[in-house]
Amino acid sequence: MTEHSLNSNVTRRGFLRIIGWGSFFVTLGILIGGTMRFLFPRVLFERPSTFKAGFPHEFDRKDRADENGVFEVYEKWKDEHSACLVREKNRIYAVHVKCTHLGCTPNWFADDRIFKCPCHGSQFHSNGVNFAGPAPRPLDRFGISIADDGMIVVDKSRVYTSKDFDKRGAYLNV
Amino acid sequence: MIEKFWNKLTGSQLCKSIFRHGYEDTTRNRALQVRSNVFLHLHPVSVPEHAFKIRFTWCMGGITFFLFLVEAFTGVFLMFYYHPIPEFAYHDMKYLEFDIPFGIILRNIHRWAAHLMVFTIILHMLRVFLTGSYKPPREFNWVVGVVLIVLTFLLSFTGYLLPWDQLSYWAITVATNMMGAAPFIGHEGPFSVVNKYNDIRFVVLGSTEIGTNALLRFYVMHIIVLPAAAIIFMAVHFWRIRKDGGISGPL
Repeated sequence: MTEHSLNSNVTRRGFLRIIGWGSFFVTLGILIGGTMRFLFPRVLFERPSTFKAGFPHEFDRKDRADENGVFEVYEKWKDEHSACLVREKNRIYAVHVKCTHLGCTPNWFADDRIFKCPCHGSQFHSNGVNFAGPAPRPLDRFGISIADDGMIVVDKSRVYTSKDFDKRGAYLNV
Repeated sequence: MIEKFWNKLTGSQLCKSIFRHGYEDTTRNRALQVRSNVFLHLHPVSVPEHAFKIRFTWCMGGITFFLFLVEAFTGVFLMFYYHPIPEFAYHDMKYLEFDIPFGIILRNIHRWAAHLMVFTIILHMLRVFLTGSYKPPREFNWVVGVVLIVLTFLLSFTGYLLPWDQLSYWAITVATNMMGAAPFIGHEGPFSVVNKYNDIRFVVLGSTEIGTNALLRFYVMHIIVLPAAAIIFMAVHFWRIRKDGGISGPL
C-alpha cells in the first residue's frame, strides 16, 4: 500500500466513489422529493369551511314532528354547502348530506321524509340515520354554533360521526 | 421520359436516405428493410407461419395496439376543441357533438375504441393464459403485459372524468373516495397515517374536492403521462416477443 490514508481504510479511489455516487443519490433523492412535494399545492381555492345559516328564530318548529322527532329539514344550503339543517323539538343540527358509503349526495324526498342516495341506493331517515342500502353509518353532522351577531354558524371543518352526535358543538339547543 | 424522371427521383440522395433498401426479394434485402426501419425494427425479420393461425392468437394483442393508435389519433383531434376547465368542459363536449363537423363521430370513435380496447386487452390476456404463453421464457413479458392492462384501465378512468357530466362527476367521486379508504395512504382507511390534505386522494385530485385541479390533473394524466408510459411499456412488450423466441404458437 503506497496510498496515503488518514487513520482510515478508505482509499482515495473509494472516497471519490462515495462522493460521486453519494452526490448522485442525494440529487436524485432531492429531485424525487421535490417532485412529490410539487404535487401538494400550498394554497387551495376551495370554498370557506364556515357559512352562516340565518337566525335561530327562522327555524321555528312547524306544527308536528315525523316519527323520528324531526319537525323540518331545511335544504336551502344543500347545493352550495352540502348541508341540511334539521329542526327537532329542542335542537337544530346540520346534517352533512354526503352518503357515508362512497360520498355521493343523497336527495331529500320531503313527501316520504327520507334521504335517498342516487349512486347505490342507500336510504336515511329525516334525522340522517341509515335504514337501507350499503351505507355503514348515519349521515355525519357539521359543527354548529351561534356567532356574535346571533346567527347560526355551521363549521364544515368539524365533522361529527354518529357516536359524537350528543357532544357539545354537534347540535344547537333552542 | 417518365422512366428517366423515375430513375432520377429514386436515384436522388433524398430518396435513398428515406427508402434505404429497394424491393429486391432476397432474404438479405428483406432483413435489411426491417433492420433499417424505425417503425418495423420492433417487428421480427421473418414471421413464422403459425403466427397467421388466427384461431391460436385471435390477433387480440395486435387489435389492442391498433385501438391504441386510434385513441391517440382521435384524441389529438379532440384536444383541438376541449378545454380542461369546469366552465368549459361539458359545453366543449356538447359543442363537439352537435356543432363541430364530424365532431360526434370523432368523439364516439374515441369513446367506443376505449371500451373496445379494454375488452380486447382482456381477451388477449385470456388467450395468453389459455395457451400457456405466459410460461418461461415469456414470464417477464406477462408482467409487462399486466402493467399495460393497468395503464389501459387508468387511461379509461382518467378519460371518464373529462366530459364533466353527472355520470363522470359521481363516478370519480365514488372512485376517489375509495382511494381515501385505502390502508395507510388514505385518510379514512385502516392504519391511516395521513389526513385529508396529504393522502392519496388529495394527490389524485390536487384538492380535497373534485374541481378545477382535479379536472386538470386527470387531463394531463390522460393525454401525456399515461400514454407516454404505455408507449414505453408497449415497446418493451413487442421487443420482448422477439427476444423470447417470437410469437408463441401451437406446440
